[in-house]
Amino acid sequence: MGATDVGKGRAVSSNAFVMSAQDVHKRFGRLEVLKGVSLDVSRGEVVCVIGPSGSGKTTFIRCINHLEKIDGGRIEVNGHLIGYRERNGKLVEDTEPSIARQRAEIGMVFQRFNLFPHKTALGNITEAPIQVRGVPKRQATKEGEALLARVGLAEKRDVYPGKLSGGQQQRVAIARALAMKPSLLLFDEVTSALDPEMIGEVLDVMKGLATDFQTTMIVVTHEMGFAREAADRVVMMDDGRIIEEGTPEHFFEEPREERTKQFLSKILI
Amino acid sequence: MLAAVDWHILWQRIFHPDHVFVLALWRTIYISVCAQVVGVALGLIAALARMSRIAPLRWLSGLYVLVFRGTPVIVQIFFVYFGANLLFGFTLIPNSVNFGLFTMDGAAFAGIVALGINEGAYMREIIRAGIDSVDKGQMEAARSLGMTYRKAMRRIVLPQATRFIVPPLGNEFNNMMKTSSLVFFIGVTELFGDAEIRYSTTFKPVEYFLAVAFWYLVLTSVWSVIQAQIERKLAVSERGDELSFRERVFEAWAQPTWGRGAR
Repeated sequence: MGATDVGKGRAVSSNAFVMSAQDVHKRFGRLEVLKGVSLDVSRGEVVCVIGPSGSGKTTFIRCINHLEKIDGGRIEVNGHLIGYRERNGKLVEDTEPSIARQRAEIGMVFQRFNLFPHKTALGNITEAPIQVRGVPKRQATKEGEALLARVGLAEKRDVYPGKLSGGQQQRVAIARALAMKPSLLLFDEVTSALDPEMIGEVLDVMKGLATDFQTTMIVVTHEMGFAREAADRVVMMDDGRIIEEGTPEHFFEEPREERTKQFLSKILI
Repeated sequence: MLAAVDWHILWQRIFHPDHVFVLALWRTIYISVCAQVVGVALGLIAALARMSRIAPLRWLSGLYVLVFRGTPVIVQIFFVYFGANLLFGFTLIPNSVNFGLFTMDGAAFAGIVALGINEGAYMREIIRAGIDSVDKGQMEAARSLGMTYRKAMRRIVLPQATRFIVPPLGNEFNNMMKTSSLVFFIGVTELFGDAEIRYSTTFKPVEYFLAVAFWYLVLTSVWSVIQAQIERKLAVSERGDELSFRERVFEAWAQPTWGRGAR
């Protein structure tokens, strides 16, 4: 897979990146949560975003699919500006159907699963392809069953989320995101709400996506084991900024910033 | 003192109601049901307007609740039936309303409209609270999958809000059956009206009003049983049994009314 030299390639057109964020600012009232975040992600690349809570990493990935509006900078996915439209050199918020169309290309998996409790495992997965893409029900069902099998839950097809364990729910949620065949997958601390013994099964599914399917992923996580095994690049955020980025090896062997060393020493026991 | 009560009349009214009475009972039922349906529909529209991004819609929704919760129902009923005519110079409510299959007395129609509009103001709050009770993550998940706000609301949020809305809705309907007695004052002979007319010709208030109280009690008691059934079924659905949501709602609403007696 070509996680070629990503570098700081200014010359490369932004179209080469699946996701390209430039100088993103976001504030909640007076609190500035993102103070200029720039990040480019290439096709097939797995980027782990780490950092202490309150550093803005969750807010940042929520900005990528416009669940949060941004106050400055720009975010492009597949070369298309997200959430905004350029009019006379100024950015104005996009129309709702247009934002919805863009979101369909960006999968997201949430910390608290957010499965639809009134739909079966399969129903959760087929809902968006049928309702948003207009995929025929029979085809959506077939693809949904294949996805359930891929996350190891083929036999849970007709079970409601209330009867699934946390780990199983999260795997269904991953399958649900994959059903839209997104070009970018966002993971928002997807193992943080899980019991320890269930974390492994979810991470295994994610590793499979990274290595076998070359899915482009941005993963906000505290799971350093996952970062070490699956990430092409690790990004450290602190206080609304990216303070350090590099390969997993770089982070585990010789982190540069004092703040990074401090943070890693706390979570790598 | 009890000797003054004509027990025979009371007995007749309860165990051998005549067809005039049955018609009155039927009026109470259909006026209540229709007004409640109108109320739920208006309440839903007003609740969605309240949450709209368009400010005038929010104001309109606020004004609606302010006016119709802040004035007596009886005034609203009179206004719809008489007032509009004087104010606008044309009859808002014709003498009878033709629905094709059947015609409805104009006054009953006015009653349904007025009670329904009034009910909508209360239902708005109930529906809004129901929607608010659904985890915010549901809307986010739906939208992250590319659904528009409308689609997410219709397919994901509203179905889940139902189980928060149904219990208070049941109480509203209980109220509605009793409040519907007010339409007597615009000349609809429903349960209360029937009793009132008979009392005024016989001067036996105790017998007739005791009997009508009994019949209201029957209506509300039957409804309590139905409501309990619905809530039980919805509670089962929350535990996640293997029925589709549509099947559960169908079961909850349909079975207790005509399924139980048949078996």
